[in-house]
Amino acid sequence: MAAEPLISVRNLVNRFGRQVVHDGLDLDVMPGEVLGIVGGSGSGKSVLVHTMLGLRRPTSGEVLFEGKEISQMGENELRAVKRRYGVTFQHGALFSSLTVAANVQMPLREYLDLPNEVLDQIAMLRIRMVGLSPDAAGKLPSQLSGGMIKRAALARALALDPTLLFLDEPTAGLDPISAAAFDELVNYLRKSLKLTVVMVTHDLDTIFATCDRVAVLVDRKIVVDTLPGIVQNPHPWIREYFHGPRARAARVTARQED
Amino acid sequence: MRERTGKVQGSRWTQGNAIRGTGKSFTVCYDRRMPADTASTALLAMESGTEGMTLALKGDWRLDNAGVIASALAETDRIASGTARVAVDFSGLSAIDLPGAWLLRQRLDALQGQGVAVAMADPVPEPFAFIDEIIRDTPPEVASEGAPLPLVARTVALIGRESVEQLHDARDALGYFGRIVHTGGQSLGSLKRLRLPAIVRQVYETGIQAVPIVSLIAFLISVIVAYLGADQLRQFGADIYTVDLVAVAVLRELGVLLTAIIVAGRSGSAFAAEIGVMKLNDEVDALKSIGVNPFEVLVLPRLIGLVIAMPLLTIVADMMGLAGGAILTSLLLDIPFSQFLQRMQEILAPTTFWAGLVKAPVFAMLIAMVGTYRGMQVRDSSRELGRLTTVAVVQSIFLVILADAIFAVVFVEIDF
Repeated sequence: MAAEPLISVRNLVNRFGRQVVHDGLDLDVMPGEVLGIVGGSGSGKSVLVHTMLGLRRPTSGEVLFEGKEISQMGENELRAVKRRYGVTFQHGALFSSLTVAANVQMPLREYLDLPNEVLDQIAMLRIRMVGLSPDAAGKLPSQLSGGMIKRAALARALALDPTLLFLDEPTAGLDPISAAAFDELVNYLRKSLKLTVVMVTHDLDTIFATCDRVAVLVDRKIVVDTLPGIVQNPHPWIREYFHGPRARAARVTARQED
Repeated sequence: MRERTGKVQGSRWTQGNAIRGTGKSFTVCYDRRMPADTASTALLAMESGTEGMTLALKGDWRLDNAGVIASALAETDRIASGTARVAVDFSGLSAIDLPGAWLLRQRLDALQGQGVAVAMADPVPEPFAFIDEIIRDTPPEVASEGAPLPLVARTVALIGRESVEQLHDARDALGYFGRIVHTGGQSLGSLKRLRLPAIVRQVYETGIQAVPIVSLIAFLISVIVAYLGADQLRQFGADIYTVDLVAVAVLRELGVLLTAIIVAGRSGSAFAAEIGVMKLNDEVDALKSIGVNPFEVLVLPRLIGLVIAMPLLTIVADMMGLAGGAILTSLLLDIPFSQFLQRMQEILAPTTFWAGLVKAPVFAMLIAMVGTYRGMQVRDSSRELGRLTTVAVVQSIFLVILADAIFAVVFVEIDF
């Protein structure tokens, strides 16, 4: 891929008090790829994603969106960038006092000036394209199951036709069938909508099913490689991750499907 | 089971036609408002022919134009009635994305429902293939509740539902009180189940931390009462009665009532919010699953802590109120401090101080019970949490004042 990276992280340092989480990270997200971010608990996956989203100011280093530093951007420019992001959070982060349809409409209302019927129609499109039934639209998040919450969160993230989708643990807590369906959904949306996807996940099946490249956070640094490359990486933690007892089963399944 | 689901999902998610997405050309404006230069006629032209109507799509049918697209489609309402056939021509289209295609598709489906034959000219833009899949694969709708009731019936239903809810609420509140008494009876039997550390923490948080604000407000209110009273009484040369006014008002009513209102605002809301968040996080269920009675660890320590703290706070408020009165009378009326004390001892019955203080534990119980009860009622959403916290504060202040009125009548009757 010779194209310009969509997001570049340069020499990123994140520190909490005396604890160093990231010590000079470099990471490029290429347009059209699915990048998986993995790492042990507390290795700073969420911190990295929050920094990339501009929700957190790094201790030092920079985050570039299409070559521009996001911390240097003005308010309008930043809004324009955020419009192109879709984000799902680990626990859905649906607004609990709004119905699913109102949740999906929230970004539309913020960026576009549309009459209510059009908002309803577009919300219905998003709800149906993530595979929820139409009657989910009028429900409150507390009335949904875990898998439906993940799908509703994805519908909200897709509301504005984003270029870049951030998924934080999209399949955590789902049963294997729902998780597999979610993987296929991500693959499909990525192909049909030309999405770029950055995904934090621990689910090895998801990694093998969807990711082009994998970034491993280890020893406060990052190791990025293609999926076959990272599996061969000699680093002990990475070896353990991709060759542990749980990994073997996932790889066997992935190979059979190919 | 697994296979079947996999196949159904597969048919939808793997048919990978490239749909014209937003990925490559994103030159549309990122402003809040949509571009103003697009008029609905620029997107859709309607021509009547011998074979029926032709809808010629033009220009940019993407999300940023959705408002204009909708008004352009609304135009078809007027003209399409009485038409037998509608042909859709995509040749003038520069771009269309999913939302644009979706809006068009919805409109065309509505036309078809009216008996109009709709034909889309080739080549049909790619988003329509995706939409076909979406429509085909949508899970069936669960049966809805049926048609809405007429207005009168709705009103009656609303009144009925509210009444029943109020009844249930009253019953639940009574049951709640019963559980507190029951758990309290059990807990008093053993030192471990009384949760002393938790009680001490509650006394600290609801009592000691409230001392500054309670002192300040009691002081200021009694200064105001003394000031107004002195102003009136001086006209009759009855300056010295200002002392009576301040002493009786502060000790009997103001000290304890002000304390109760401040505590209701500070701690009643805190109780409701703390327990409410624990409910939302399933922490209360976690306690139950461990075999711990949530009443024992969450409700009783707060109740007992507040019952201990409130009388102490009331004494502080009484002292600060009297001090405020004494300072004002000495400055404004030239009644020195020694005379203030002497006058106070002459006029105060021994019961006056107690008449105020006995109310404190009762108020404390009301505030703690309402706060924890409303906290326990929180379910599902953060809005509930805010609503019930508000309810807790308003209700506990109301109950405190109601109880105070009852006390006033009873004290007069028994000449306390």
